[in-house]
Amino acid sequence: MVAVAASSYARGGTRITPEIALEARWFPDDPQFEQQFDGLQAGVIFSGDLRWRSDDRASRIRFEPYLRLDSQDTQRSYFDIREASWTHRRGDWEVLAGVGQVFWGVAESRNVVDIINQFDSVEDFDQEEKLGQPMLRLGRRFDRGTLEAYYLPYFREQRLPGEEGRLRVDPFVQTGNPEFERNGDEWAGDIALRYAATMDRFDIGLHGFHGTSREALFVPDLEGERFTTLYQQRSQIGVDIQYTSGPWLLKAEGVAADVSGDRFLSSVYGFEYTFFGVAGSPLDIGVIVEHFYDDRDSTESPITLFQDDVFLGVRMTPNDVYDTELLVGGFLDTETSAVIASMELTRRVTHSTLLELELRYFNDNGGALVTFLDNDSNALVRLTHYF
Amino acid sequence: MKTLFKPLLLISVWASAAASSQPSATLPEDPKARGYAIAERSDRSDAGFGSSSVRLTMTLADRLGRETVRELQIDTLEKKGEGNGDRAMTRFFSPPDVEGTALLSHAHILESDDQWLYLPALRRVKRISSSNKSGPFVGSEFAFEDLTANELGKYAYTYLGTETLDDGTEVDKVLCEPLYERSGYTKLHCYFDTEIYQSRKVEFFDRGGLLFKTLELTDYQEYPGGYWRAHRQIMTNHLTGKTTVLDSEPYDFSVDLDRRDFEPAALDAF
Repeated sequence: MVAVAASSYARGGTRITPEIALEARWFPDDPQFEQQFDGLQAGVIFSGDLRWRSDDRASRIRFEPYLRLDSQDTQRSYFDIREASWTHRRGDWEVLAGVGQVFWGVAESRNVVDIINQFDSVEDFDQEEKLGQPMLRLGRRFDRGTLEAYYLPYFREQRLPGEEGRLRVDPFVQTGNPEFERNGDEWAGDIALRYAATMDRFDIGLHGFHGTSREALFVPDLEGERFTTLYQQRSQIGVDIQYTSGPWLLKAEGVAADVSGDRFLSSVYGFEYTFFGVAGSPLDIGVIVEHFYDDRDSTESPITLFQDDVFLGVRMTPNDVYDTELLVGGFLDTETSAVIASMELTRRVTHSTLLELELRYFNDNGGALVTFLDNDSNALVRLTHYF
Repeated sequence: MKTLFKPLLLISVWASAAASSQPSATLPEDPKARGYAIAERSDRSDAGFGSSSVRLTMTLADRLGRETVRELQIDTLEKKGEGNGDRAMTRFFSPPDVEGTALLSHAHILESDDQWLYLPALRRVKRISSSNKSGPFVGSEFAFEDLTANELGKYAYTYLGTETLDDGTEVDKVLCEPLYERSGYTKLHCYFDTEIYQSRKVEFFDRGGLLFKTLELTDYQEYPGGYWRAHRQIMTNHLTGKTTVLDSEPYDFSVDLDRRDFEPAALDAF
């Protein structure tokens, strides 16, 4: 870590933390589709953070570039600006301009209200990685909560695995030339409003959004050799609530949306219960149970893996000096008994090096929705070094 | 990264004491009244500090001397009104994989504290359970309750006697019994400096009544306004042989933070 004037960061200063990650992803099964690579996929990621804060703490700048190079899939070699934002606060008001990332929601496995950023689907399908979103945000703080208005001038197209890539539909999706319902281009602009508040044991978020849907509709071309993408108009209102009491976290998110005239509800609700200090040890074990429901007509909408699914997860935190964390979980489709299971382990191996292990398991059990992933169970190891 | 804490509070209340200019009031004779009076004058003496910011280095060492170092910054906003405790924002600088991780804590006297965690990779603010009182804080020998359960009303006090520590400091020894739920301790022995009213040492007794941890507070300095702060805290676990040392840089009392700096929306302001 390069901590420039670190001792003065109590007020302001600059911090720069570059990082390099090496990763290997192994697919033991033969690929399901022609053109897909077999076996090992290696990658290297150059990234890092630059942070600056003014002495009065009123102004901040954050910059986070991201470059991934992939050995197998050209679509997975790319550069993105995850964040390049300027924030200024004066009294109860705060403005953010630039490229940013925003998280909305309370659930652990998937957040149906989280709409500001496009997900980075080439990184992973778990919707935890996001593309930087150009935005102008004006926030007003009140004693109970915060009201934020967003203007998002530019739409970020999904990044998806290429023809050689694994974890894709068949035929593959040709990105780079999407069609848009609104204006015909990515400059149509989105608007959003959110109010987030804390009331005693409740944390509540309300939002409205009007713009272009982040989900792509895959349209087969005339020859049936590839899909192209269509991004539809979307308006939605949504709510997310968490109730926190003792070791219980009760959670619910719901969205009522209109996508190009098709109206539907999408929701996730569940709980997280933590057993602290199991058997007198420092180990905490958290149990996560969540249920999704999405009433879209699956024949006319973007591919949604989560129609009527249950997520079960266990998080183990030994509270050691290495910040070890193990998360084991799985989605079970209640209609088809298709399974998506995963295991994620993170552990620091030196002061400046983080080790991550991930296992993903797919089994369609005859269900149609994840059939294209059926041969794509994989194991990933990633070492990240910080400078 | 799990939840974090606010050692500043530990310093500011456990360790805080009257300004040296304050005349020493006569203490009552009854051991309970006297114990409470000793703790209260320590607590009261810190009134009016407003807000502060401090950078800390936390060094964790195991029995073999292998060390892990964490750097953090803690902002504190003084409590306002009955029933409320101080508010604290803890931000981690290192290890680098947790840079930007932050914990916001709103302490209460009778109710459980409110805590929010910020996960920088996801840009996520998450309200978390505060019932994990006796669990270790970020792998250290400090438990959450060592760092958050520092409000005057959270203990019953009994004066046990006046002693002299190894370094010659005269201290009042006070029995402190947790009144809040889910404590990992049956009792604490708190040693308050009779001259500057600072907490010099705390001994922690586990549920079996065994002394298993000792906290020593040293390198006190007085800041303008009469606020005292320890600049080194050493927690020793007698069962495991592990230690955690917290070293503070000078406290900044002029940073002039307001309540907006201690709301969930401020967690990412780093």
